[in-house]
Amino acid sequence: MHEMSLCEGIRQVIEDQARAHTIKAVKCVRVEIGRFAGVEKPALEFAFDVVMRGSVAEGARLEMLDLPGRAMCYDCVKEVEIAHRLDPCPDCGGGKLMPVGGDEMRIKDLEVI
Amino acid sequence: MCTVCGCGDSSVEGHSHSHDHGHSHGHHHHHAHSHDIHFGHGPAGVEVPGMSQDRLIEIETDILAKNDRYADANRAVLKDRGMFAINLVSSPGSGKTTLLCKTIEALGDTPLAVIEGDQQTANDAERIRATGAAAVQVNTGKGCHLDGHMVGHAMEHLPMRQGSFLFVENVGNLVCPAGFDLGEDCKVAILSVTEGEDKPLKYPDMFTASRIALLNKVDLAPHCDVDLDLYEENLRRVNPGIEIIRLSARTGEGMADWLGWLRSNLAAKQAEEAAE
Repeated sequence: MHEMSLCEGIRQVIEDQARAHTIKAVKCVRVEIGRFAGVEKPALEFAFDVVMRGSVAEGARLEMLDLPGRAMCYDCVKEVEIAHRLDPCPDCGGGKLMPVGGDEMRIKDLEVI
Repeated sequence: MCTVCGCGDSSVEGHSHSHDHGHSHGHHHHHAHSHDIHFGHGPAGVEVPGMSQDRLIEIETDILAKNDRYADANRAVLKDRGMFAINLVSSPGSGKTTLLCKTIEALGDTPLAVIEGDQQTANDAERIRATGAAAVQVNTGKGCHLDGHMVGHAMEHLPMRQGSFLFVENVGNLVCPAGFDLGEDCKVAILSVTEGEDKPLKYPDMFTASRIALLNKVDLAPHCDVDLDLYEENLRRVNPGIEIIRLSARTGEGMADWLGWLRSNLAAKQAEEAAE
């Protein structure tokens, strides 16, 4: 999608935190990314290094945790886990699936000193 | 906020970004999430007074939380005025602006306002104003989408009349606008029949995020060997709940259904506001 702007969002959150707490440096930023969030991980990693320059998180490690893709199957009326956006229902093979999870883009925590 | 796309360069037509204006929407931070500092999670696993160790700050905040706050503020303004707001999304060239001009003409005296998003030029806002409607152009610079903040600015420059429509024509792009809430009631995807039946499969996110799809330029269907049923099948594959209207802004075919959909949703929004 637009990994650079996501990193701008991460930097804003970190700067808010840095104002609220005494933070010398951020060592690690953990983010949770859903399978369907459309985030290109290598692009996010690259953008992260660039965008964090000059902030307390300069040189910090970015750890990305995957969250599964979930969808509601309109045929068996059940929530199922799917690996790809256009996969059929793993239970009934139906093709009418509405994504209900997996678009998350969340900052989980910061490891700071 | 999008620096890959340069969204920081955005400008609202007739409006400089450098002046100090009062925002009616909340610019302050109201963090809903815990900012607890947890000691004892460091490498040592214990906290020893006077001894430094790494700390873990739990955040659990959406990366786009800032945009969502602007969007929520916009939504509150729209709700307060009983306005029905739609976010028109599509590829470039699907006929959004023409459809919007025809829609405005057909709605007649119904009060409405328009926000036009494009990278450059005020051409679209001028086309809209030629119909007599109030419109503001937002240029996103190199940006690929409108965000909640830009729309909040634009709303300050428009007559936000009780019980009116707000049409937001997003930047022509089937990818990024899907992820940015503007505070609208729903997204309306426009898909023209010349784009190929598999467009919804290639760009599923936008069609999943939309409540209704308008299959536009159906008057061209006989000339370009397309299967309109296959368009619908593919739309429902990525969004089983999506409503679909086949129409042609040029010939007027299907426009009555679209206008009926708009009016019933506006009435529902007003009823909802009146009930509270």
